[in-house]
Amino acid sequence: MSLQTIDLVYLVSAALFIFSLKWMSDPKTARNGVFAGVAAMTLAVVGTLLRPDITSYTWIFIAIVLGTVVGVPLSWVPLTAVPQRTALSHAFGGLAAGLVGIGKYYLFLHDGDLTAFRTGAIVFEVALGLMTCTGSLVAAGKLQEVLPTRPVTYPGQNFVNFSLIGIGVLIGIALVVNPALTFLFPVLIVLALAFGVMLVMPIGGADMPTVISLLNSYAGLAAVAMGFVLENKLLIVAGALDGSSGLILSIIMCRAMNRSFTNVLFGAFGQVQAAAAQGEQKVAKSATIEDAAQILENADRVVIVPGYGMAVAQAQHRVRDVFEQLTKKGINVQFAVHPVAGRMPGHMNVLLAEAEIPYDKLVEMDDINPEMSQVDVCIILGANDVVNPAARHDKSSPIYGMPIIDADKAKTVLANKRSMDPGFAGIENELYVAPNTLMLFGDSKVVMGELAKALSGEGGGH
Amino acid sequence: MDFVTALFVFMLSTFIGMDVIRRVSRLLHTPLMSLTNAISAIAIVGAIILAGPQHDQTSNILGAIAVFASTTNIISGFLITDRMLKMFKKKEPGK
Repeated sequence: MSLQTIDLVYLVSAALFIFSLKWMSDPKTARNGVFAGVAAMTLAVVGTLLRPDITSYTWIFIAIVLGTVVGVPLSWVPLTAVPQRTALSHAFGGLAAGLVGIGKYYLFLHDGDLTAFRTGAIVFEVALGLMTCTGSLVAAGKLQEVLPTRPVTYPGQNFVNFSLIGIGVLIGIALVVNPALTFLFPVLIVLALAFGVMLVMPIGGADMPTVISLLNSYAGLAAVAMGFVLENKLLIVAGALDGSSGLILSIIMCRAMNRSFTNVLFGAFGQVQAAAAQGEQKVAKSATIEDAAQILENADRVVIVPGYGMAVAQAQHRVRDVFEQLTKKGINVQFAVHPVAGRMPGHMNVLLAEAEIPYDKLVEMDDINPEMSQVDVCIILGANDVVNPAARHDKSSPIYGMPIIDADKAKTVLANKRSMDPGFAGIENELYVAPNTLMLFGDSKVVMGELAKALSGEGGGH
Repeated sequence: MDFVTALFVFMLSTFIGMDVIRRVSRLLHTPLMSLTNAISAIAIVGAIILAGPQHDQTSNILGAIAVFASTTNIISGFLITDRMLKMFKKKEPGK
């Protein structure tokens, strides 16, 4: 096929990619989005395979078959493991971009076609791609808990990181100004690989939603840089779509935590906690399952706030049982989802959807907060910082200013937690000792299971 | 394609991307991310261009590894997105 015809195929493919994302705006059309994406990708691959300069297909087909063999099982992971899978696939994406950049660099060098512009684009592609690769591997390791989820820090860390960036930028400039300095290229490769690790190691679990989104954006930008290197418009379009998606998600995540990018990346959240256990130690009241069931039966409106604890305990199906029992008794049950609950954007929504909870029962923070004072019972399920009232009033708190779900305004709060240990950020949560709060200690899955049983057993006094 | 044309394409598609993504329902942010994962595996185009032609063997091998990595993302990305989207239901499933 001539290159011009292939460009037309790419044009259709680019349009389909845009539709694919457009249809994601509504759960009703979202599945069409997947089909459009598959069609776009098929066109792109077939079009590329038909290029006149592609002569040997053996290795390509072996690679595609192997990729399929690995890819299919990766799509079967339990939904609680989706953040790790996503991080892992960012790593694959970054690796692909990095390898193509390296290969192209030496080909251009060999053919004497290495212009300053091409070098610049390759430097971007390789640096972004390889950094995304190792950074995402570290993120996946932390999410899978093979690596410590707490921030790993050491004195002078920011100095080391900024020096690495500085050296990397200098090498990049040197390569563009004088493409003959080829010995610097391998140095750049090593630096990019090392920087990815250094960048993500100091970031803790609660900041993962932002970091994953940011890495998503980098993977897209690496594809854009590849498009500049190969002078391929489709790569630029699809890469830019991906890059802007990651960027918007990271902005949403940062806003939802009232923090800036620099603070997420270089702040090592949760590490520098002033251990300010001030004042009188209030004691939390704990309740039995029977008490909780009784309180719930007398409620008209219940809001459930899920958090990472629900994901860890895989409690979503037991939550559904509770939801069903309450709905059966005519109680209005809704789920309030904080944007950063869980380990990636939208994590809780997917888990609740998996448990077949209708999505019109899932409400966003901004919609539920004004109505919180009319709520009879608010159940906190493994969430912590996102319901900590200190974010509203305690200027010394590290989460001060972060938008929260106003769970404390409900008439009664039932908080499920494994123990009184402070949450991820190591911040005391005054919600647990508030006069209207009752604690339900134990594993979320067990507690919700027993609660559902208690609710069904008593046959309703509502 | 000269540098400025490429920049134009980049700028315009970023604007489109920003606008389209902003409208994506918050409910669907996790599937959105796995979908864009699959879309960013468009790097397979570059990988094939590196793996296919008759040139230096090392480049072909690097290209083939990149094809492998991208295919993994395409396959698992689209499949898991669809798997998640199938779960989003509005009404109570009639049991």
